[in-house]
Parts: sequence; C-alpha cells; structure tokens
Amino acid sequence: MTSLDTPLGKAADRQDERLATPQGIGDAVRAAVRRTRDGDLGMLPVVAGIVVIWTIFQSLNQTFLSSTNLVNLAFEMVPLGVIALGVVCVLLVGQIDLSVGSVSGVSAAATAVVMVKHEQPMALAIAVAIGSGCAIGWLYGQILNRFGVPSFVVTLGGLLAFLGTQLWLLRDQNAINLPYDSPLVKFAQVWFVPEALAYVFAVAAGGGFLAVGWVRARSRRRAGLSSASMPWLGLQAGLLAAALLFTVYYLNRTRGVPWMFMLFVTLVLMVHYVLKKTKFGRSLYAVGGNAEAARRAGINVRAVYTSAFVMCSALAATGGVLAAARLAAANQSTGTADVNLNAIAAAVIGGTSLFGGRGTAFAALLGVLVIQSISSGLTLLNLDSSYRFIITGLVLLVAVALDSAARRSRQAHGRG
Amino acid sequence: MTAPAAPTAPTVLSLRGVSKQFGAVAALTGIDLDVAAGEVVAVVGDNGAGKSTLVKILSGVYTPDGGTISFHGREVSLGTPADAQAIGIATVFQDLALCENLDVKANLFLGQELRPWMLDDVAMETRSWELLRELSARIPTLDVPVAALSGGQRQTVAITRALLGKPEVILLDEPTAALGVAQTAEVLNLIERLRGNGLGVVMISHNMDDVRAVADRVAVLRLGRNNGVFDARTVTSEQVVAAITGAADNVVAQRAARRASAGPRADADPRTDTAPRPDSGPRKEKELP
Repeated sequence: MTSLDTPLGKAADRQDERLATPQGIGDAVRAAVRRTRDGDLGMLPVVAGIVVIWTIFQSLNQTFLSSTNLVNLAFEMVPLGVIALGVVCVLLVGQIDLSVGSVSGVSAAATAVVMVKHEQPMALAIAVAIGSGCAIGWLYGQILNRFGVPSFVVTLGGLLAFLGTQLWLLRDQNAINLPYDSPLVKFAQVWFVPEALAYVFAVAAGGGFLAVGWVRARSRRRAGLSSASMPWLGLQAGLLAAALLFTVYYLNRTRGVPWMFMLFVTLVLMVHYVLKKTKFGRSLYAVGGNAEAARRAGINVRAVYTSAFVMCSALAATGGVLAAARLAAANQSTGTADVNLNAIAAAVIGGTSLFGGRGTAFAALLGVLVIQSISSGLTLLNLDSSYRFIITGLVLLVAVALDSAARRSRQAHGRG
Repeated sequence: MTAPAAPTAPTVLSLRGVSKQFGAVAALTGIDLDVAAGEVVAVVGDNGAGKSTLVKILSGVYTPDGGTISFHGREVSLGTPADAQAIGIATVFQDLALCENLDVKANLFLGQELRPWMLDDVAMETRSWELLRELSARIPTLDVPVAALSGGQRQTVAITRALLGKPEVILLDEPTAALGVAQTAEVLNLIERLRGNGLGVVMISHNMDDVRAVADRVAVLRLGRNNGVFDARTVTSEQVVAAITGAADNVVAQRAARRASAGPRADADPRTDTAPRPDSGPRKEKELP
C-alpha cells in the first residue's frame, strides 16, 4: 500500500481547504448532529419510532416492557425478521418480491410433510424446505431475465401458485403438528443462551466493534488517510456494550435470550458483511442504483438479479421453517394473510428504498421490531387485528413520508 | 484542405479504411484516423456523420465490417468492450454511466474492486486520491454519493474511472455537452492534463469552441466518410464548418457574412454560429414569416 504525500500534515482525504477537519470527540459529535440535521438520518427515525411506540404501549399496559413480554417479542420477531432480511436484498436491486409469505408457507408445509408424514430426519426436512426456496428464487430470476416480465407480476403469480402448493401439500389435514420434543421446536420455544454466555456475547460485541474500528483506523492512518478518533470509537463501543449488557440482564430476569434470536442477529450480521464488504454486495447496490452503468462496468446484471431473488426466497423459506417451529405446526394459514406485506413494510420502515440502491441489513432488524412491537402491544390491550392493520399502515406511511422528506433535505444539503 | 500537422510523438492508435454497414446504410466508409501519444484529436461532424458509430467501434461495442485497427503498429480486433479496455482504449460515454447512490470511490472501482471477498477500502481510497491528484481534480471528498456532485465533477469522476485501467488512448463522447461555462472549462483543463500525462485523447464534440480550445487536430466526418483533417491551431471555424456541411456556401457562412456586414459584433457568439444543424434553414423561415 503506497502512502500519499501529505503536505500541511493533513490526511490525504482532508487536503481540500473547503473541508472541515474534525478533531476529537466534540467535533465527531457535532458532525453527527449536523449530518442528521441535513437529512442523513440513518437509523435515527426508526429508533425514535421504537421509543415512541414502546412509551405509548407501556403507558397503556404495564406488562408491555416486562421481561416476559420482551422475551416473547424476541421470539416472535424472528420468522418475520428473517423474511424481511430477504426482502431487503430484493429491494436493493430495485425489484420486489410479493410472494415471500407464500414461499414461507410452502416451506413450513414442506418441513412438516417431510418430517412428520414421511418421518425423515429433521435436517433433511429443513434442507428440502430451504432448497426449494432457493429453486423458487432461481426460477423468478430466470423468468425476469429471459422474458423480461416485471418482478411485480412474476412474484404476484408466485404468491398465488405457492399458496396453492401449500394448500395441496396440506390437503389431507389442515395442519401437521411437529413433535414437541424435536430440536427444531425446542429451538424456537425453550432454548435460551446460558446466562453467563449471554453476558460474554454482549461484551464480545462491544469488543468486536472496537477491534474492527481500531484495525480500520490503523490501516487508514498508515495509508495517510483520516481516521476516526480512538476516544470516539471507544465511546461508541462502550455504549454498545452497555446497551447490550442491560438488554441481556433484563431478559435474563425471566427466561433469557432465545437462541433463535441469536440466529437472527447472526444472519443480519452476515448479510451486512456481504452487502458492505464484498464485491457482490457492492454490485447489488450498483444494479439498484443504475443497472445500465453496472452492466457497462462489467457486472453481470442478470446474475445479480438471480442471486438477489435466490437470497430472498431462501431467507423466506428459512423464515417459514422458523414460523413452523415457533408454532410447532404447519397449517394452511402459515405465511398467509399479512406476512407478505408486513415483511415488505418492515424492510421499508427500517429505511430500505422501494426504488433500489439504498438500505441495510439492519433495516430488517429494526423494521421488524417496530411491526412486532405494535402487534404485541395491541394483543396485550386485547385489541383485534383491525387496529393492528390500521396502526401498522399509518406507521408505514409515516416512515415513507419521513424518508421522502429526508431525501429532499439530503439533496438540498449536498448529501445525495 | 490544409495538410494535417505531422504528429511528432509515435502514433498509438491507427485506423485504416474502417467501414461499418447497417443493412443498406453505410454508416462508415473507409475511415482513416491516427492518434498519437500526448495528442488530442477532435472528431467533429453533423448528426448522422458516423461519430457515434466510430466511438462504438473503438470501444468494442460494434465490430467493423472492413478495414484495420492497429495499436502501436500491431493490428488488433476489438470484439468486446473488455477487449478494448484490455488493449488500452478507455471510453467515457456521453451519459457517464455512474451509480448515483454510490460514493465516488465505489464508482471509481465499480466492477474492479480490490479483494472481492473483503473489500480493501483503504487501498481503493488511496488509489482514488492518487488518480484525482494526478489530474488536479477538484473533488473535495470521496465520501459523498455521486448524486451530490455537480455535472463537471461527475464528468471528472467518469474520466478518472476510465484512467483506472491505465489506458493509452481515451475516448470522450461529448464531454462538455451538458455542462455550464465554468464546468466546461474544468473539463477542458482535465483534457489538457490527460494530454500532458501522455495519453492519446479522442474527443467527439459538437462544440467548435471547445474543439479549438483543446484539440491538436480536428478530423471531420461527413456522411460516414473522412472529410479532412485540420491543424486546430491554424484552421478557422469556417473551414471546419465547410467540411462538416460539405459546402463553402452554407447556412452558417451566410449568417456570418450577414452579421459581419451588419455590425462589429459579428463574432460575438461563435458557439451558436458554428454549430450547424441540417434543419436550421427551414426553421429560420418559420421564425421570420
């Protein structure tokens, strides 16, 4: 790695005299505040949304923020969250998948049929379910690429066709129960991270954040580029670790941190790495931003579309398996009703653009937390689905309106 | 027709008798063109003269039906855009082809990222700054998405990206077409720096001012054929326009003559005077019924 000449003792990327050079923690905080004010909101609106929603529900029902209910929330959000993670991938390339609910339903039914009806091992059942998810995504990609059918239509067809497949798979009985003693069901209902290990995870997350930031800052300094100040990095890592430690402590007061939730977090981190640190992830953003430019830059746009759909359907299928495990059954209504739209809404509420090229893996995590919080809060208040739909719809509208307003502000302040 | 200035540097890219046929239409017939290292060759011509076809042949999008293309005296075939880039011919198309949602460094390295499975952001950023400094490009930070840049800065990013593969010849398709006055000057400076760095530059343009400002030689295409190569320092706009339109007595010359006899502001706005369009005659009649 060559080092650039750095006259004036300034980092190579801070040479232009028009640039303000931040120094120390105070400047870093001020820069963050300015970024937010200019409309570069990042995760702030959805985090603020969660705070508002939690405050309201807590004031209406004291059990909402109880440890028991939050442990339940940590379980309930996983199937939908995994599906929403897939939706983020498809939205990133500027496409849409309306059939994630049906695909998750088929996959739940397939798991149950293979495992219970044919009495095959659990691993095979899961492999069949996720494998068929991959095949469905590949099929969508082929139809989109070869015939140029818009993904909206392809996946609308898929929604109906796979709903039919699910009903056909379960034609003899309305529901197939999974055995309660199977590891799959235990995983989704009673397996928790041991208390001490959960604390270790929380500290490790803060330490990992600090280590990654430190390595990055060191290699940037060596290359003569500006780098984050260590106190600022330490502050962020400390806050992260403290927040996680408190969460673990609070959940440990009752049942603890579900392993299923850890699986979800792991998936989010994996997708985050792929999106941000690999050439493939970069090409997803590029295709979503300007497919023609990506093609001219030598990116195989068709392969990118296909792999985005494969990722989406595979994650939807995984979500279906987890939903079946959570319920300990696959029935004809698994993955139907509002699963499709909730998954897409979660991705969008989390800050993923419907027009492609913008969004992160954490959008799925935070978006689904919003949606499941609303659902859980209203259930505690004994209000039926009608309220849930209306309120979720309003939140979605607010999220998208806020995003549009922020985008206009970003453009006005030259942040794209 | 003036004799072209003999290029002093060695010729890098050389076209002889290049032709391209689209059905019954001969888009290009027997085109000859030489580009030396450290030289800016402007290719001008009216709409339909074959400029775009020529660019697409040189960038490997179209394959020519006849003739030869040689690079450093060796005959080459440009079957695909990747071939052209591998040989050392980079192209900046008119629409730039940038991803507006990605930041500057992501755009520069798009499709050729370092370390595909663990992107080397630091090395990519360092290399980006090196390239931009070489061109004395005025882009304050690489962290902003391209959507936040001005037109001239975008053109700079597109040209810088073309330089990433260390080309010897760079094709610029209408580099100043969509730009304002200051931004045009910025891009013209950039073209001069490319020449200073020893690159052969082929610049397709409609704008006679820009051509005369930076080009060393002006090659005129007319109806898919060579219609003269001029030394940009000595040629007059009238001569070039005559070659473009194929006649000394053309609409543009008539206008210039009329304005010269009308007053001293004859050359006040050569930009509009020297950009002829085939339909400018009839349109004028409509304006003055």
